[in-house]
Amino acid sequence: MHHVIIGAGPAGVVAAETLRKIDPGCRVTLVGDEPEPPYSRMAIPYLLVGNIAEPGSYLRKTTDHYARKEIGVLQDRVVSVDTQSKVLTLEKGRTLSYDKLLLACGSTPVRPPIAGIDLPGVVNCWTLDDARAIIERAKAGSDVVLVGAGFIGCIILEALAERGVNLTVLEMGDRMVPRMMNHAAGDMLKRWCESKGVTVHTDTRVERIDDQGGRLVVSASGGRTLPCDLVISAAGVKPNTDFLAGSGIQIDQGVLVDDYLRTNLEDIYAAGDVAQGRDFSTGQFSVQAIQPTAADHARVAAVNMAGGSLRHIGSINMNVLATLGLISTSFGLWDGVGGGDSVELSDSKNFRYIQLQFDGERLVGATTLGMTDHVGVLRGLIQTRVELGVWKEKLRKDPMRLMEAYLATVQPIGYNARVA
Amino acid sequence: MYRALRLEPEKCTGCLQCEMACSYENEGVFVPAKSRIKVFTFHHEGRFAPYTCTQCDEAWCMHACPVEAIVLDEATGAKLVHEETCVGCKVCTIACPFGTVNYNRDSGKVVKCDLCGGDPWCAKACPTGAITFVEEDAAGMDRMRAWAQQGIVGLASGAKTNAPRDKGETLPTYLEA
Repeated sequence: MHHVIIGAGPAGVVAAETLRKIDPGCRVTLVGDEPEPPYSRMAIPYLLVGNIAEPGSYLRKTTDHYARKEIGVLQDRVVSVDTQSKVLTLEKGRTLSYDKLLLACGSTPVRPPIAGIDLPGVVNCWTLDDARAIIERAKAGSDVVLVGAGFIGCIILEALAERGVNLTVLEMGDRMVPRMMNHAAGDMLKRWCESKGVTVHTDTRVERIDDQGGRLVVSASGGRTLPCDLVISAAGVKPNTDFLAGSGIQIDQGVLVDDYLRTNLEDIYAAGDVAQGRDFSTGQFSVQAIQPTAADHARVAAVNMAGGSLRHIGSINMNVLATLGLISTSFGLWDGVGGGDSVELSDSKNFRYIQLQFDGERLVGATTLGMTDHVGVLRGLIQTRVELGVWKEKLRKDPMRLMEAYLATVQPIGYNARVA
Repeated sequence: MYRALRLEPEKCTGCLQCEMACSYENEGVFVPAKSRIKVFTFHHEGRFAPYTCTQCDEAWCMHACPVEAIVLDEATGAKLVHEETCVGCKVCTIACPFGTVNYNRDSGKVVKCDLCGGDPWCAKACPTGAITFVEEDAAGMDRMRAWAQQGIVGLASGAKTNAPRDKGETLPTYLEA
């Protein structure tokens, strides 16, 4: 049995290792198109800030890890999939046949349709190669324009600020991280950035980028022109599905999968950023593009590829983000549900914020700013779908009593379990 | 067989010696805020619940870590954070549904209970036996199983809550009921 996995990111690697563990006799091949050993994009901000060197971003730390596990790693790009004859065509002219195929090919940065977006001084922040370009160009005293104050834009702010660049952030939306935060939280985050000396313009659209004698000039809505040395485009990512055109594999926002991570075609599965899998909170299928979901998908897909029958109950959409040192989290339906209610506690002077969203007696979503202790319990409360009973009212009075609410309603310790 | 922390809230007086011991032994300072075990307080009842990482088998934090910084200590069963490998991305802190992995701003790394290498100081410091370090079988697996089972039965029969509704601060007593 030959399992071929397209993509050597977290989903691909976790799936390969899971397959090896449960099906010791199978052949596993990982195909990745970047030259480095499999690495985590999530580590890039910490590489930019200088906390780690490149090997610190590698998913596995021993050089012979894949060889020892007998996982073949192929550096090449898949150009097409022939689902009839079960053969992949690779960029370097080779072909590779598979018995079972996992699409774990991730996502790719969106290039906004702006004149000048392809100029040499405009880079993404997605790959190690991008990181090297940023490190080389974002020198102390240089002028840098960051296009997009979404998750990636915000998480690299600290690295850029520490490099001593003059930074301007342009965000199309009406607030920072609009896909993770409501107005109150997004506005607090903006105020935080401004207090740290970073200029943030929301509701601002980039119109064009020009090269004027070696310097870039960004023209934005509202008549703003910003001369700079480097433009970092962080306008979001989209699933890597272009090479699947004509393969017969069903694609919506991403590759459509069922609760077993199977695509519409037999023996083809999808996992991670490219997969449009079940969302725990909505029950719908959507692309989450987050690390924990990639790991969830990979484990479920691998078990099913090996002949098992493991059902994916859906992943919770959640994020944790550090923006110039201010840590924020979001969980589940942080924007609330129709007919639901919410509670909010804000300490704007100290940049602390929490809001909880309820659907009846259940917690369904949350956002926090400036909190680092016990935040995971928000996931616990959402994912157990526990009815909070009297604890809902207690949380409405004091949303910080999350751990107490959890212990009192979910855990089999102490009074819950009548310990002898 | 591995040993595990048995936490018995009804024996806890809220003295916080576990937090002091944990903080001192692991961080070198007597700062309860730095403790990896926490005592949660139910003021109206005058009750306390010590709580920390349960070292789950298929640990959420370990599976969520992108850079293999959380690993199994084969000797104790604990899930350890390798500080030198942790990049500080904090994904484990949202992945752990028990809320027992926390980010330490000073070190820029995450922190969780590591069972002190197999001889946990919180258990040694607890004067009332609310925290003991015992064979895993004795740590409450049966109780957890019974509780989980009851939840499943409860859900099937349409009783959807395991939280108290009308008893003020009273914690659930379903297993007895």
